[in-house]
Amino acid sequence: MKSYLTCAASTLALVASTAAFAGPEAEVLHYWTSGGEAKSVAVLQKEFADNGGTWTDMPVAGGGGDAAMTALRARVLSGNAPTAVQLKGPAIQEWYEEGVLADISAVAEANNWADVLPESIAGHMKCEGTWCAAPVNVHRVDWIWANSDVLSSNGIEMPKTWDEFNAAAAKLQAAGIIPLAHGGQAWQDATVFEAVALGILGADGFRKAFVDLDKETLTSDAMVAVFDQMRKMRGFVDPNFSGRDWNLATAMVMNGEAAFQIMGDWAKGEFMAAGKVPGDDFLCMSTPGEGFLYNVDSFAMFSVDGEEKRQGQDLLAKLVVGQNFQKVFNLNKGSIPARTDVSLDEFDSCAVLSADDMAASSAGGSLLPSYAHGMALRGAQSGAITDVVTAHFNSDMSSADAVQQLATAVANSM
Amino acid sequence: MFKWLEENTPKLVLAPSFIAVMVFVYGFIAWTAWVSLTRSRLLPKYEIDGFIQYDRLFASPRWDTAFGNLFIFGILFIVIAMILGLLLAILLDQNIRTEGALRTIYLYPMALSMIVTGTAWKWILNPGLGLEATVRGWGFENFTFDWLVNPDMAIYTIVIAAIWQSSGFVMALFLAGLRSVDGEIIKAAQVDGIPTWRVYTAIIIPSMAPIFLSAFIVLSHLAIKSFDLVIALTGGGPGYATDLPATYMYAMAFSRGDIGQAASSAMIMMMVVFTIVVPYLYSELRSKDG
Repeated sequence: MKSYLTCAASTLALVASTAAFAGPEAEVLHYWTSGGEAKSVAVLQKEFADNGGTWTDMPVAGGGGDAAMTALRARVLSGNAPTAVQLKGPAIQEWYEEGVLADISAVAEANNWADVLPESIAGHMKCEGTWCAAPVNVHRVDWIWANSDVLSSNGIEMPKTWDEFNAAAAKLQAAGIIPLAHGGQAWQDATVFEAVALGILGADGFRKAFVDLDKETLTSDAMVAVFDQMRKMRGFVDPNFSGRDWNLATAMVMNGEAAFQIMGDWAKGEFMAAGKVPGDDFLCMSTPGEGFLYNVDSFAMFSVDGEEKRQGQDLLAKLVVGQNFQKVFNLNKGSIPARTDVSLDEFDSCAVLSADDMAASSAGGSLLPSYAHGMALRGAQSGAITDVVTAHFNSDMSSADAVQQLATAVANSM
Repeated sequence: MFKWLEENTPKLVLAPSFIAVMVFVYGFIAWTAWVSLTRSRLLPKYEIDGFIQYDRLFASPRWDTAFGNLFIFGILFIVIAMILGLLLAILLDQNIRTEGALRTIYLYPMALSMIVTGTAWKWILNPGLGLEATVRGWGFENFTFDWLVNPDMAIYTIVIAAIWQSSGFVMALFLAGLRSVDGEIIKAAQVDGIPTWRVYTAIIIPSMAPIFLSAFIVLSHLAIKSFDLVIALTGGGPGYATDLPATYMYAMAFSRGDIGQAASSAMIMMMVVFTIVVPYLYSELRSKDG
């Protein structure tokens, strides 16, 4: 009996001591569940634990984050939000308007986020002037990838204008090679569309059309020209493209079946995983035109109760934007750091190019959010645009009709 | 006490499921109807704002496609599956030796989930992998069967896969119906020298009216709630050419954070179901009274 009492007492003491000295806690909802991504998150988990924190992992796979968002909605509605959630773009502000996001300005100011992040990317992390999210990485969307053997054996250079691209594609087609590897899924159609739109509309036109939803720009002749180019692109894909996944399209470029692919820099991960060398086996270049379309993953911080959780939130925010994590995570994921003062020595040539372009376009005002990847617009508006883009790409709709439908769809989505 | 229990046990036993149905079916229908009248986006809101979501719904070309597809798919699927099922049942009903084995073969697709059916047909119908590539490989270079990637024809590939999946089940229903027809009448007809096809069209099929109704109800609700088959076979593509109301609703609710729009499309789907089910219920209840 006595030994039982001592045992109970010591257990109590242990419980009491852990309660008193409980370190920072964080429950993190994310959808980085595939191989490379999971490895990247593990880096953050370890760093968090090394700083005395307790990490509760809540990965929700599936649907490109749709499943995670459904889980988040349920948690928020039941009044039990996770500490941090992988969110991006205007969705952060959308959740802020529901009144459920926390203010992490103290951490941001203590760590000088305003100085190390490009201005337009920092804008996404703020909710009415206060910091409410921490950026993890920058994916560039407007990349064109090419098989260097195919190009050199057909005497083709990387295209610098869309006319050059069309000429190169016609030449490849004559040689029996698929010019453009593409998967017929709505988001992939939208990815190609926004690269074309950036090239033809220019940075200002792109901003007016897909950030401000300016009706004049949406119905302008330049937008008709964008759809005309999309019709040409449709002729450059193989007849069998419907429903193909993006990584299968990348594989077509890899094995020389196709010459080009327009896809964000996650495609680089596929090339690298197959042991291909950038600049040697495959080439990367920004799509024709000025500008840089970014897709920035970030962690939004939700309002939570309890000192441990708030501390966990601050620690997490600090680590996420810290130099070490930004480097290690992005080396694993194929993107580039969001902060501009990370050494790029260990990154490959495509990533270095991406970082240089980001700095240049940030200075020149052409660093723009990707509409196709939910950075520029809220879900309803970007979805409405994608509906028109994919309907045009997959039918014989005229460009003039498409432009009209675009304006109507955007108005209807408000 | 014992008498009271005896009288009320059925009610007591039924009460939990009754309450559950009231809350989780009718309660949530009412909730959805309410939300469909609001401007809910990411999270449900409860300030009523008129019929704006329905206006938006009917102004959306994607909904037009989805709703139109429901009728193309629904009508073709129900009619063809019933005709095919009936034909198979009649052929199996000719006292053939291997009936048991054949019946199992035809019924087997029903045991597969729609996801499996969709994926298998996706490969079969893929022009670069399946039927078209195979026939071209045999030397018919001009053979084309690209319905899966043709936005005007893609919806018919969904019909094909759905019929393949369900016609065996319809056959089993009809076979049971054929066996329940009174043998004496058929014998009498045969004695009178009436040809077999007349026996079927004039006697057997008319006497199976209730089976037709059951098959119709089962198939029509399968058609209206079709979701997994579209997701697996075409993903709603090319473009959104094979969207159905269910996939439209899913996209709005879960991908686009547009809950009001999803709720209004769900209400329209429910109304379509009601226009089919209510006459059925009415005729059922009336025939029981009479």
